[in-house]
Amino acid sequence: MSVPAAAVPGREAAPLLEVRDLVKRYPVRRGLFARVSSWVRAVDGVSLEVRPGETLALVGESGSGKTTLGRCILRLVEPDAGSIRFDGADFLALPPKPLRRARRNIQVVFQDPYGSLNPRMTIGAIVREPLDIHGIGRRGAEREGMVDALLQRVGLDPSMKRRYPHAFSGGQRQRIGVARAIALRPKLIVADEPVSALDVSIQAQVINLLIDLQDEYRCAYLFIAHDLALVERFADRVAVMYQGRIVEMAGTADLFARPRHPYTQALLQAIPVPDPERVGRTAPVSEAAPPSPSEPPSGCRFQPRCPIAVEACRRDDPALREVAPGHWAACHLADGGTLAAPTPV
Amino acid sequence: MAPLLQVEDLVVEFPGARGSFRAADRVSFAVEEGQTLGLVGESGCGKSVTALSLLRLVPEPGRIASGRIRFRGSDLMALTERKMCSVRGREIGFVFQEPAAALNPVLTVGTQIAEGLVVHRLMKKKEALAEAARLLELVRIPDAARRVHEYPHQLSGGMLQRVMIACALACKPSLVIADEPTTALDVTIQAEILALLKRLRDELGLSLLLISHNLGVIAGMADRVAVMYAGRIVEEATARRLFRDPAHPYTRGLLRSMPRPGSSAVPGPRARRLPAIEGAVPDLARLPAGCAFHPRCPDAMPECREVVPSLLPRAADGGHQVACFLHHDTAGRPRSRPAAEQAS
Repeated sequence: MSVPAAAVPGREAAPLLEVRDLVKRYPVRRGLFARVSSWVRAVDGVSLEVRPGETLALVGESGSGKTTLGRCILRLVEPDAGSIRFDGADFLALPPKPLRRARRNIQVVFQDPYGSLNPRMTIGAIVREPLDIHGIGRRGAEREGMVDALLQRVGLDPSMKRRYPHAFSGGQRQRIGVARAIALRPKLIVADEPVSALDVSIQAQVINLLIDLQDEYRCAYLFIAHDLALVERFADRVAVMYQGRIVEMAGTADLFARPRHPYTQALLQAIPVPDPERVGRTAPVSEAAPPSPSEPPSGCRFQPRCPIAVEACRRDDPALREVAPGHWAACHLADGGTLAAPTPV
Repeated sequence: MAPLLQVEDLVVEFPGARGSFRAADRVSFAVEEGQTLGLVGESGCGKSVTALSLLRLVPEPGRIASGRIRFRGSDLMALTERKMCSVRGREIGFVFQEPAAALNPVLTVGTQIAEGLVVHRLMKKKEALAEAARLLELVRIPDAARRVHEYPHQLSGGMLQRVMIACALACKPSLVIADEPTTALDVTIQAEILALLKRLRDELGLSLLLISHNLGVIAGMADRVAVMYAGRIVEEATARRLFRDPAHPYTRGLLRSMPRPGSSAVPGPRARRLPAIEGAVPDLARLPAGCAFHPRCPDAMPECREVVPSLLPRAADGGHQVACFLHHDTAGRPRSRPAAEQAS
């Protein structure tokens, strides 16, 4: 598979993160002795780049492999094939010590603000931990001062740092997670559905915090989300995943104005719009259930649900290719941008 | 004609460490025959407790402290527990958020749908299973005759929610309460389930109480909308009216902060921040004095900090009710022009 290059015109900086042909398979075990009966390719040949300071949104539904991909990039999960270059080094080949150093520059914010903070640690200790591990600042007053500044920066009162996570709301916990992630001033933050567990009115607060921090520290985000509408305002580029593959990748405005892949179009049309005048739209994709990821269909994986599939789609698996400058799509019918009159929603 | 369901001044109380608090506080609304009422609010606003109280299923140690619930002319609060049992499931169907948690994992889906038919409609087991298969067809589950014999773990989340809907419809209820029916589902599956609910509602002439945190879901389905905040209804209107001309600052803020595709034509570097409602939802046990929204409200006035606003008709449109001093004064008199406009 070819690799998208320079998907944002005029921004040709060397990539901070370069993922090539990444594969992660999980065994499916069946029967009395739990023999491996088949393999699920959770991430199936994904290539992408993140440039310094940019936000790449990785959007997909449950089971699309977006979280597994994020975890491979963090090396929380070891991929089976492919390469990851981060900041010029082969990230997968790094031995433990250099890996630890590299990890200073790549941090994570998890989805579940209830499960991702140690309930037995005070929030001050949670935010201080990365500073302790990497020996940033002198132990004691200097480090505590850094913790106070970090808490303040994410909108929390430093006087609360002796309290435990249970005393905080979901939105506040996510701020604590963000404070911990920015403590080491990383070059890349992988944010895995950081606002999905939060109420609508709180979501925007946390997103705005991430945006402000990016403006301040120039860090890049790999922002994993299931909600396409959420990322439109702040992502530079969007990659859409379906069943372990990237099916479309483009600059954000381009993707929303001219979605080329029928799955992206379906995702856009399925977003419920708060406008009762625009009701009566039918279900955007066929009611066929998505195929099991352990038994992918022949040809294109989206073909059983695709409203415009033709014979070639059932036969040949389409590769991700550049259908317009900086706009990549894995669809046999995505040429010329006239695919079944895409309706920008 | 009297509405199918009428709730008046419903108060649901829970005991707390610092005295009891109200999860629903003087909640009033009506669901008309064949209509859909959308009840919208964020987590902890009391919308689910309100729904459960309609079936008298408020979880312990909560209790309905006062209020009236009239359904098809009878007072649900006065019914014996036995009579109430025949209302639940038979006359009022219920669809929950998590179908995987609501269904019994060791019974086939057919058995679970048939259960209601055997209990409420006195069908024989075999007859009930045949009806269950018909119901699965009604909710568009492919290969229904075979699926009847499958267990919940063999079905996807979207299919399970269809099974839940089949359960709710089994005894031909006149009212269906759907509490966040699509929240656990992917967006493409959500669209399918909403289309199904809409089709069934129209074909069967159902009345629907649809509870959701998602204003988009509500907009696509509801005839009328009630917005809840901190246990109270703060605004109520027809869906058209509410989405076109929201009156309460909370409703306005929610609508603004909801991401929607195409909301920004070409995002410039500084246009990225999203409109947010500052602050956090208050703890029901420690509500601020006055209007519960005032600490987060951009338009708060001195009276908002002291007096609780009542839900009252707007001057411009009596069918549009709002609990906000921008629209009426503390004595309940409508303001000729909203106070915010006067100020600006």
